[in-house]
Amino acid sequence: MSYITKPTARHPAMRVNKLGLTPRDYEGAMSTLCAGCGHDSVTAALIQAFFELDVEPHRVAKLSGIGCSSKTPTYFISEAHGFNSVHGRMPSIAAGANAANRDLLYVGISGDGDSLSIGLGQFCHAIRRNVNMLYVLENNGVYGLTKGQFSASADVGTKSKKGEVNQQGPIDAVNVALTLGATFVARSFSGDKAQLVPILKAGLRHRGFAFIDVISPCVTFNDHVGSTKSYAHTRTHMHEVIETDFVPIRTEIEAEYAEGSVRAVKMHDGSTLQLRKVAEDYDPTDRAAVIDYLGGVVRRGEVPTGLLYLAEAGADMHEFSETVDQPLVEVPYDKLCPGSAGLEAVQKEWW
Amino acid sequence: MAHDSRYGVNEFAFKVATVNGTGSASANGLLLQALFRMGIPVSGKNVFPSNIQGLPTWYEIRVNKDGYTARSPDFQLVVAMNPQSYERDIEEVVSGGWVLYDSTRALDDRLRREDVTFLGAPLARMCVENFEGSRTRILMKNIMYVGALVGLLDIDMDVVRGMLQEKFSAKPHLIDANLKAIELGHRYALEHYDCPLPIRLESMDATRDCVMVTGNVAAGLGCVYAGATVGAWYPITPSTSLMDGFTEFCHRFRIDPETGKKNFCIIQAEDELAAAGMVIGASWMGARSFTPTSGPGISLMSEFIGLAYYAEIPSVFFDVQRTGPSTGMPTRTQQGDLMLCAYASHGDTKHIVLFPADPRECFEFAVAAFDLAERFQTPVFVVSDLDIGMNDWMIPRLEWDDAYVPDRGKVLSAEDLEKAESFYRYLDVDGDHVPYRTLPGVHPKGAYFTRGSGHDKYGRYTEGSDEYIEVVDRLLEKIESAGDHVPAPEVFGEGATEEGGASYGMISIGGCHWAVLEARDDLAARGIEIDYLRVRGFPFNRTVEDFLEHHDRIFVIEQNRDEQLRKLLLMETSCPKHKLTSITYYGGQPLSKGHVLGGLAEHIEILPAGVGGPT
Repeated sequence: MSYITKPTARHPAMRVNKLGLTPRDYEGAMSTLCAGCGHDSVTAALIQAFFELDVEPHRVAKLSGIGCSSKTPTYFISEAHGFNSVHGRMPSIAAGANAANRDLLYVGISGDGDSLSIGLGQFCHAIRRNVNMLYVLENNGVYGLTKGQFSASADVGTKSKKGEVNQQGPIDAVNVALTLGATFVARSFSGDKAQLVPILKAGLRHRGFAFIDVISPCVTFNDHVGSTKSYAHTRTHMHEVIETDFVPIRTEIEAEYAEGSVRAVKMHDGSTLQLRKVAEDYDPTDRAAVIDYLGGVVRRGEVPTGLLYLAEAGADMHEFSETVDQPLVEVPYDKLCPGSAGLEAVQKEWW
Repeated sequence: MAHDSRYGVNEFAFKVATVNGTGSASANGLLLQALFRMGIPVSGKNVFPSNIQGLPTWYEIRVNKDGYTARSPDFQLVVAMNPQSYERDIEEVVSGGWVLYDSTRALDDRLRREDVTFLGAPLARMCVENFEGSRTRILMKNIMYVGALVGLLDIDMDVVRGMLQEKFSAKPHLIDANLKAIELGHRYALEHYDCPLPIRLESMDATRDCVMVTGNVAAGLGCVYAGATVGAWYPITPSTSLMDGFTEFCHRFRIDPETGKKNFCIIQAEDELAAAGMVIGASWMGARSFTPTSGPGISLMSEFIGLAYYAEIPSVFFDVQRTGPSTGMPTRTQQGDLMLCAYASHGDTKHIVLFPADPRECFEFAVAAFDLAERFQTPVFVVSDLDIGMNDWMIPRLEWDDAYVPDRGKVLSAEDLEKAESFYRYLDVDGDHVPYRTLPGVHPKGAYFTRGSGHDKYGRYTEGSDEYIEVVDRLLEKIESAGDHVPAPEVFGEGATEEGGASYGMISIGGCHWAVLEARDDLAARGIEIDYLRVRGFPFNRTVEDFLEHHDRIFVIEQNRDEQLRKLLLMETSCPKHKLTSITYYGGQPLSKGHVLGGLAEHIEILPAGVGGPT
């Protein structure tokens, strides 16, 4: 990715969060993506989410694979370490990093090529491990950097810019995540910041693998008539199944919704999610029912969005592994090495 | 036919042929350990199939009072317990030797040889008569041949009994059955044959300061001592027991006494690609992290290895080599990954590689690998092989210096960063080619973007020629400077790296060492001096260059077809091509003295007749 430094001027009226930081402090380098790229809107939503959650910038670790989407960690929180790894392999880097230091806030940004083709295996296994991270899949149905080939999320019948019609069935990332037991599954649209920001915040506060599939149109290669991942198509076919409000810890919940239509879910850190059902019979904690319901929506050619499934109680990788609460990188060496006495004891058994 | 007088008390080799999955491995382990505890230098080579149950498997034991532990294929005795492999097993006994077989069924006359002595013992029948249950009968047959060998070879029965009692202390009912089987075999041998045979054992005192362990277990322990906290792996023969070892020692030493939680995290990955990614991710965070694998795993990890090299992330890879290419022979040994590890991944790369020759060095080099990886901020490979990794070796007791402090390399702390005016990840501040590193989560000033794409010395993305070249040139200098810090070669021969040494030299690597040493001593006894250098690390230490310079003709002994060590020497030193002659063996068995002498005999005219014949 190219590298452009941003000017550091700051407007005096800019909002300030609890840490005394402005949204500017959560920005990164200037984006070099195409003007109008959906990914830049996702970046903006992420910046807002981090800012509003009062996250310490240097306690974030940003990771990505390869592709347009994977460039975006450069564009937010320049005071956080970033890792632009290899194509499709970000989940394993994130798992190893998290194993070593469980206290950082992990954000992985991937794309449909990165997660659903070359990296499908790693994506699936990160879900199985329930690696504690926010995983954003910026989904546009095409390979941008190599100029417009269909990706594995392209719908049957969708048209490429050159007019080619896709015939292979898509891999639905939400469906994959649900089927594999993901504990937080959402879908949103880069063009709907009002929906995306609360979901990102919820995902950042979720303990475990929080997966968000964000339809993020490619203005250069996949925004034409006949594409099912264009802005126009997504706007007209978006079907919001559930509305999400994120309520931080110690904030009083105001009952805005009619009784019975709102479900409050307590997050692991004490914050609350308010889920307002748009569809009456939708239960976002019943995995089988969610899969069933979403199947129906997809069959109608619509794109179901919202925080579609949530299981707050699942054990994450560290609980499976029974690792100490202290990050392993902070465990002092004398606690790790059994010394000459230990060696002597071991060697008694090697006789 | 008379038995070969070169072999006798504490100087012979024998082979046990059984069916895999029948419990013979533990019987053979018992045998090896008993001889070791009798104080006799001993080595065992497990020759096993890539299979769970039902195929022929062999275990070779060599005892040698002079302490030579290389494989010896001259079997004076074969314990033939598997009719599937009778033909081949009987063929392999040296003339004048013995075959112990199960005479419950008569031996086919066509298999008999005039020049060996057949010792029949109706083991299966005795098992049926004395034990209940088919599984027990099968297991006890193994213990029974151990009993027969106690009589035939004069193994110390007290040692064997003691070991059985230790082994089954938690399961007393098994002690009785095992002791009974031992006694039955023993008594049968004493009653029917002239015990002991001329090849026999006598207690010595040569193993007191030694232990018996596999290279993989020793390497796993080394990772614990190095302070590694994250291990990621995908199971693959012959490396699996390394992570098993690490896991076992972690459970023993790394459980937090207050919480019962683990001061380590082991992740069984979905494949080797992910295992490498996890190691890199954990190392990026500042943990000492490693993965054990074999050649096929290194092939898969190569993309990530290039990333770690270019982004300068310390990481440790154990390659327990097996016979390639492709799936190859997964349960046979080879040194076929030398080139692969030295230059793994696409583009210009070069890596630090350590070559242990035994389990002791597996332990020591494991610790050294983490120090080197962090000091030079790069992947480091510890390359052993199936023979070293999976077989039990008698080695001098391991030692540990409690004053050891891990070399974490140049890592800036929060205080350092607070004071620093600026931080640039790839800037060669000290002029030693190694930049300063920061860890995520420590300080906002330390943040930078780790990437495998082109970057300048400030850590910024670049597509500019000069900026790119500046970084990759420094990388090369950095790796080459590690040559002075990898374990120095072991040199044998007075003045071998100076003017006026012997004109012939040998160079070898890893597990070849023991056969080369034995061959060298053999020649020295005939008055022929050959200097010898064992390479222990790559990039080559300057001693290697000196050795090459001061010998006219050098034989490079290694276990691969393509003369990989020879080629590495030619590429990485100024040695002219004509000086180096290869002696290769790559059939999958550990190297033996015969391979070395045979190879030398083809090339050195001064060797007396007979050297290089069947030994």
